[in-house]
Amino acid sequence: MNGELNLFVALPEIIMAVWAMALLMLGVFQGDKSYNQISNLTIVGFIVCAIVMLVNVGGERQVAFGGMFISDAFAVFMKTLVYAGGAVVLLISTTYLKDHKIARFEFPILVMLASLGMLLMISANSLMSLYVGLELQSLSLYVLAAMNRDRTRSTEAGLKYFLLGALSSGMLLYGISLIYGFTGTVDFDVLAQVLKTEGASNIGAVIGIVFMLAGLAFKVSAVPFHMWTPDVYEGSPTPVTAFFAAAPKVAALALFIRVMVGAFPGLMHEWQQIVIFISIASMLVGAFIALVQTNIKRLLAYSSIGHIGYALVGLAAGTQAGVESVLIYIAIYLTMTLGTFASVLTMRRSEGMVENISDLAGLSRNNLPMAVALAIFMFSLAGIPLLAGFWGKWYVFLAAVEAGLWPVALIGLLASVVSAFYYLRVVKIMFFDEPAASFDGNHGRSVSFVIGVSALINSPVSYILLVAPLITAAGWASKALLF
Amino acid sequence: MEFAIKTLVFLPLIGFLIAGIFGSKIGDKASQIVTTGLLFISAALSWMVFLDVALDGNKYPVTLFNWVTSGTLSFDWSVSVDALTAVMLVVVNSVSALVHLYSTSYMEEDPHKPRFFAYLSLFTFMMLMLVTSDNLVQMFFGWEGVGVASYLLIGFWFKKPTANAAAIKAFVVNRVGDFGFALGIYATFLLFGSVEFDVIFANVGQYKDATMSFLGHDYHALTVVCLLLFVGAMGKSAQLGLHTWLPDAMEGPTPVSALIHAATMVTAGVFLVARFSPVFVEAPDAMAVVTVVGALTAFFAATVGLVQNDIKRVIAYSTCSQLGYMFVALGVGAFGGGVFHLFTHAFFKALLFLGAGSVIHAMHHEQDMRNMGGLLKKIPFTATVMFIGNLAITGVPLLSGYYSKDLIIEAAFAAHSGVGEFAFFMTVVAALMTSFYSWRLWFMTFLGESRADAHTYDHAHEGPMFQMRFPLAALAVGALAAGWTFKEAFIGHDVAGFWNGAIDLSVKVMSHGESLPIMEAAHHVPGAVKLAPMIAMIVGLLLAAWFYARKTDLPQRTAKTFNLLYDFLLNKWYFDELYDFLFVKPSFALGRIFWKRGDEQTIDGFGPNGVSAAVAMVAAKVRKLQTGYVYHYAFAMIVGLAAIVTWFMASGISSGAGH
Repeated sequence: MNGELNLFVALPEIIMAVWAMALLMLGVFQGDKSYNQISNLTIVGFIVCAIVMLVNVGGERQVAFGGMFISDAFAVFMKTLVYAGGAVVLLISTTYLKDHKIARFEFPILVMLASLGMLLMISANSLMSLYVGLELQSLSLYVLAAMNRDRTRSTEAGLKYFLLGALSSGMLLYGISLIYGFTGTVDFDVLAQVLKTEGASNIGAVIGIVFMLAGLAFKVSAVPFHMWTPDVYEGSPTPVTAFFAAAPKVAALALFIRVMVGAFPGLMHEWQQIVIFISIASMLVGAFIALVQTNIKRLLAYSSIGHIGYALVGLAAGTQAGVESVLIYIAIYLTMTLGTFASVLTMRRSEGMVENISDLAGLSRNNLPMAVALAIFMFSLAGIPLLAGFWGKWYVFLAAVEAGLWPVALIGLLASVVSAFYYLRVVKIMFFDEPAASFDGNHGRSVSFVIGVSALINSPVSYILLVAPLITAAGWASKALLF
Repeated sequence: MEFAIKTLVFLPLIGFLIAGIFGSKIGDKASQIVTTGLLFISAALSWMVFLDVALDGNKYPVTLFNWVTSGTLSFDWSVSVDALTAVMLVVVNSVSALVHLYSTSYMEEDPHKPRFFAYLSLFTFMMLMLVTSDNLVQMFFGWEGVGVASYLLIGFWFKKPTANAAAIKAFVVNRVGDFGFALGIYATFLLFGSVEFDVIFANVGQYKDATMSFLGHDYHALTVVCLLLFVGAMGKSAQLGLHTWLPDAMEGPTPVSALIHAATMVTAGVFLVARFSPVFVEAPDAMAVVTVVGALTAFFAATVGLVQNDIKRVIAYSTCSQLGYMFVALGVGAFGGGVFHLFTHAFFKALLFLGAGSVIHAMHHEQDMRNMGGLLKKIPFTATVMFIGNLAITGVPLLSGYYSKDLIIEAAFAAHSGVGEFAFFMTVVAALMTSFYSWRLWFMTFLGESRADAHTYDHAHEGPMFQMRFPLAALAVGALAAGWTFKEAFIGHDVAGFWNGAIDLSVKVMSHGESLPIMEAAHHVPGAVKLAPMIAMIVGLLLAAWFYARKTDLPQRTAKTFNLLYDFLLNKWYFDELYDFLFVKPSFALGRIFWKRGDEQTIDGFGPNGVSAAVAMVAAKVRKLQTGYVYHYAFAMIVGLAAIVTWFMASGISSGAGH
């Protein structure tokens, strides 16, 4: 283990941390009227960090902070998604926040800090940095959930998320301590070597992994640690929900993969069972409970639970192809989710935002492009062939079948058939029901832009625009992990 | 010449595509002009080809390209023309062109003219595919294609429930025949290893005594093949048993009846048997069946025709009956006679149908003859051409029906076989009835006092000169002259040169101590036999005149006296009721069982509906877990965690012990 700091490797994270502090200062002195300025600067910050990461750090495997921090192709891939997710959320938030008088300068800064936490999670190479990154992210998210502090639902969401998050953090920490106690190390590389020789005979480490997995599963909102999701999604301001559904999922999933593949390959047989269990449970719960939802944000909450289940199918395969498929899946999921939430942000009438699925009735007659875009997202989420979501499912199921997990793939297929019902129902309501009052259309150009781009890359030409490049990138990224 | 053949076959397809796809863009007028114009070009080319093939004895086996090659199965798309095909080309394209022209006026008030003309052209193309085929599969393609076009045209007025029902009936009844045809194709391939006509006919002799084994019995293979093909022919040509769809098909527009259900499609069965004449002659049992079915149909349809009141239905049963005549000719081996009757019949039957159309047009869509009468003064031209048509169909000397129909009756006699004599008897009686119902139609429509309401009668008028009267006149010329002009070629001294191997002419019978080809022998039957149809025709005419021109109350009194017989005939021998009882009702009942019990209760009940109900129930239950209370959520997490830990404690120890 080299003890060098090697700060250069963490340059994007350092820039981001400093940037966030500087913006905070700016905000403190200028007040909420500087929201636009800070929001834009935050986006610029994301872009700068992304460029620094791609140009100066690159995809080589490098470690810093005495081996606690790692940068490799996998990290670059996942971080790119986090940057994109954070920036897009800021793009689509402005109008909503201003309408609800919560356009405070802290919002973009909190998003940035949460993103910083995610970057650290993705680059974590020891149980300590893992925990620090995770907590930085979580604390920012708790505050974000309660952003609209004058509204009970929002504060309730924030509080619930905080309490349950604390519980999950406790589990995670307990797991970490167990692992440290039974193996004597927190470093992933060392853990991997130690457990390779000891294997499952180290029952203490196995229990530790179970606790760790529970904590991680909470972050990706996998069943049975998912129950906060619908309430928090519904109660939080919609841009925050969009953020929750996008970047943190990417980061948590990256951490999931990093820990399982990087630190515990020796216990693969054990964690595979758990991952299979939670992925099946997530797919089924996501498919079935969403059937009875009437609120579009709750629907999307269950939808995201289900999608995490599908993504975990790829991880359950435990092969490089499996991880590659997870990367493809989560990237596609990001585009679908951001597009869908941007669409939800257009559901505004003079009396305010509406969130019921029935409010979409007859949208095709009031605003056809919007209805077509949302239909594309729904078809894509449902995994209708040729749309992007189909390819995501295709690769995870393919990986599962190749790894001999065809029963899991089969359950996944059945679950996606069930889930197709509620996605298609949204399409049916938009195209065939009697029109409800139309939306006012003042959602801002950046929202329309995000919807347009996401719809395009999810549309039937997605294979050329999105999937084919993703396959190359994901292949490159997944090779960085040790198999 | 090959180019002319290809052109004449594909022009109707082009017409169909233009009117079918761009009909709404280019408008009614243009659609009509395009389809009709192309058909007239096709018709002119057909006559050119016919003259070339008939006079110079040429054959044109034109292959377009290979269709299927799979193992030993190989066949092409082709537009091959020999004498038999040339005859069909002339019939199909001439009648089709005239019907197109006629329809431009007849369908004047219809809002969907481009669709109608597209269908007509599609039908024509499919019919041409059928007759120009050099193999069974392409023939089947055309066979099904005309079936579809017929379905579309019968149901053209799709808002009329009876028209829809008739279209479905035609389609379904034809399915029975087509099933036989398809089996026939398989059997042919099984036996000959090919579906190409040349190969089949060249090898008939080789398989003369071959047998096919089915369910432990050996059957004469050629007989099996022929009977299966004949089932197909029975369906298309509405022979007894599978005839029920034809009268109902009169629900379609009248020009359709003239084209499809009189002149062309219904003769496809006759064409098929004539095409397969080299095979049929080696299967005498099958020939006997053809004869008997034909004779029964001729008789049956004629009896029903006696009492029908719908002007189109009378002609429909007449068609059915005449098709029976054609099969009698084929059955006794006088293939040329059968095709000749097909040829002449096309003219006078299309004439009668278009004439009836003219009457219906004049009477504002009134089809019941009981509401007509006295129309001679109003529409003398139509009356005249229908008079000519009647003369032709009843077999007045020198008109076309005389040559073809009398030859069939004589050939049946000349066959000197049991079935031949039966057919002779039936066809003579049918000739009497033909004469009766034909003249009954004419008398009821054109003579006597008008039974229509005054307004309709006053406004009755002829159709436009060019569009409606020209086709009638052209067909009248055919009805007058076609028989006399072509008799030598089709059935007389020039048969060998004319047919040139297209149909089998080898059937010989004993006549005056020498063995003669049957069509030759038919000319040498006793004088009494020759006179028989003539006498039958005159008796029929006189009876009709007595009943419907002199003593107009006599028909009703007769119907009352013989009410059982009358009802029997009026209800078409109760065939529809019988089928309804035997097939339709049980099928519906069976279908209902599968639908209600099988599908809805069993498959849907445990399948989609059951699953979805279960899903909804599970979803509602699990949703209740989502209480909103943090401690419930925390509890769920802890339980989940505990469950997983327990799982590993239980299983992990055993797996750990292995190390």
